[in-house]
Amino acid sequence: MTLLPFTTLLGKAVRQIALLRGGGSALPGLFVEKIDPQFIQRTLRQLPRGVVVISGTNGKTTTTKMTVELLEGQGLTVFTNRTGSNFTRGVAAALLGEVDNKGTLAADIAVLELDEAHAVHFVKSVQPRYSLLLNVMRDQLDRFGEIDTTAKLLAKIALATTDTVVLNREDPRIAKIASLLTTQTKAYFGLSPKLLSLFPNDDNIHGEPATLQASQHPADVVLSGLNETDAQFTIDNRVISTSLELKGIYNIYNAAAALALARTILGDAVDETKLIETLSRVTPAFGRGETLTIDGQPLELVLVKNPSGFRLSLSSFKPAGYHTMIAINDNYADGRDMSWLWDVDFDTLRPEGVSTLSGIRAYDMALRLQYDEVETAHVDPDLAASLQYFINNSAGSPKRIFCTYTAMLALRRELAKITDVEVIS
Amino acid sequence: MNEKSITILQLYPRDMNIYGDWGNVLVLKRRLQWHGYTPILIEYNPGDTFPDKVDIIVGGGGQDSGQDAVQKDLLAIGKKLHQHASNGVPMLMICGLYQLFGKFFKAQDGHIIEGIGLLDIETHAGPERLIGNITTKNPEFGDIIGYENHSGQTFLGPNAKPVGQVIKGAGNNGQDDTEGVRFRNVIGTYLHGSLLPKNPSIADFLIEKAATNKYGEFTPTVIEDRFAQRARDIAIKRPR
Repeated sequence: MTLLPFTTLLGKAVRQIALLRGGGSALPGLFVEKIDPQFIQRTLRQLPRGVVVISGTNGKTTTTKMTVELLEGQGLTVFTNRTGSNFTRGVAAALLGEVDNKGTLAADIAVLELDEAHAVHFVKSVQPRYSLLLNVMRDQLDRFGEIDTTAKLLAKIALATTDTVVLNREDPRIAKIASLLTTQTKAYFGLSPKLLSLFPNDDNIHGEPATLQASQHPADVVLSGLNETDAQFTIDNRVISTSLELKGIYNIYNAAAALALARTILGDAVDETKLIETLSRVTPAFGRGETLTIDGQPLELVLVKNPSGFRLSLSSFKPAGYHTMIAINDNYADGRDMSWLWDVDFDTLRPEGVSTLSGIRAYDMALRLQYDEVETAHVDPDLAASLQYFINNSAGSPKRIFCTYTAMLALRRELAKITDVEVIS
Repeated sequence: MNEKSITILQLYPRDMNIYGDWGNVLVLKRRLQWHGYTPILIEYNPGDTFPDKVDIIVGGGGQDSGQDAVQKDLLAIGKKLHQHASNGVPMLMICGLYQLFGKFFKAQDGHIIEGIGLLDIETHAGPERLIGNITTKNPEFGDIIGYENHSGQTFLGPNAKPVGQVIKGAGNNGQDDTEGVRFRNVIGTYLHGSLLPKNPSIADFLIEKAATNKYGEFTPTVIEDRFAQRARDIAIKRPR
């Protein structure tokens, strides 16, 4: 007998209740996982073009959003876990929202962002047809122990892939995975040599730029140039320029990853003009450079969760003319260890100073800035009160908040009381 | 430029820097400036020439691969490090280099990675990583607050003195409530977070020893450690 319709109806009911209660996206997924562990596998197996898994330390959410929109722009119907709830139960929860009451998923392909550790668990039951591995950076070492451990997790995802693995050729720990792959096709995205210094990998974080070397792997898509508004990609030796709505140099390198992945999936059927046109219109994912409006002024939310991400954010979003707030929490999802703040260089904030520091570890951040001799106007761990202070004291100016994951969720809830914030369900 | 300089040697920053160990060097640099000295930073990587004159030596933690990369070089400079330690040069060794300053590290598969034996400790690969917030206490430094993340279990020899007694967390081995080891002015510990920002008393201890060794005296200035105090108060209450 099949449990499928039963699971679906019951799961959907739990999801409705969770939504009404204003709960998170994971609870209904957890429920379904418990009563019907085969639910995800069985539902995704129906998809004619299979499953795509995107993983790595930084850029999963934005790259997934880009890939989904690129494929939709080519006429595909795509299922994705757009909540950023990148654990297996997040996928189950997202599925419940999409399947009809018979458990049928009306989609051509699934594009899923998965946390490295959960992805390993996931690919045991659902083998992806394609996978994209972005980078391995020091992140959540309190969970994974070592960077090399994280790289091993990503290798398992690659090995479980049935068709093509798309790899970042400039990240030595990712590029090395290629040598393990015997049955899979390999595709690469990369950087032109002159851009390498903008994207330090984890070995360069304290190292010398002189060690940077262009990779030997031929890349399908190379990010070959960028300025304030435009990016150039080299595809098959052709240089293609486009403007982008996305901000942040790391998002633009992720665009090269998404392009390479979409081209791999689409093959000869790709409409390249349309692909680039779609890319130019992709907006940042929630909290990843997302812009809200407060009193007619922009307020940008920039998620920071590890040293390389924070460094790239600081170099992408220039502080001049902006009021800056930083909110650091240390809940499980943020990482409990504050060591990472000491791997980030805050010199660029010195001329303007920082308006407000908040979050559970606000004083750790204050201490960090003290040693970079950056002035801090106001420190208060209470997020709601700090946000109010920040807004009151930056009237008439553009604002920017760098925040860790759980601080970002809390701030978005507060901001939703005073301005339009897209609801992520 | 102040004419009184203090030279900090950072051991293996390229391979051993994984848990924000850069923060310890930054804190020493800044506090030296605030106390009226000119800090000079020398980075030492495998194969470099070991400088003649150093006043403070700092080393961090690494991945297993980083540990392998530096081990041979460390044995080669071991004699110099012993000499400096006997002369009272202050040192701070965190996690991976703390282990390698001991007698040996015995890996899971039984093979022995030899250390320089400056500290009377031995380390054995443990079944699970000891990870989380940790607080220890020491009569000289007060409460020591940090974060530990190590799979090695370290045991002290009969003459070794721990740096701290564990109040919350695992410490050297999760069994005997000791954390770190102190030999003369050398401190070995598993604590990062980074260690020195939230424990300015240890930073000033290293600076005081270095200044006294070189200039015969140390007159501290008062440094505003309000943020460090608040960060300590909060860290001490956080879950493991």
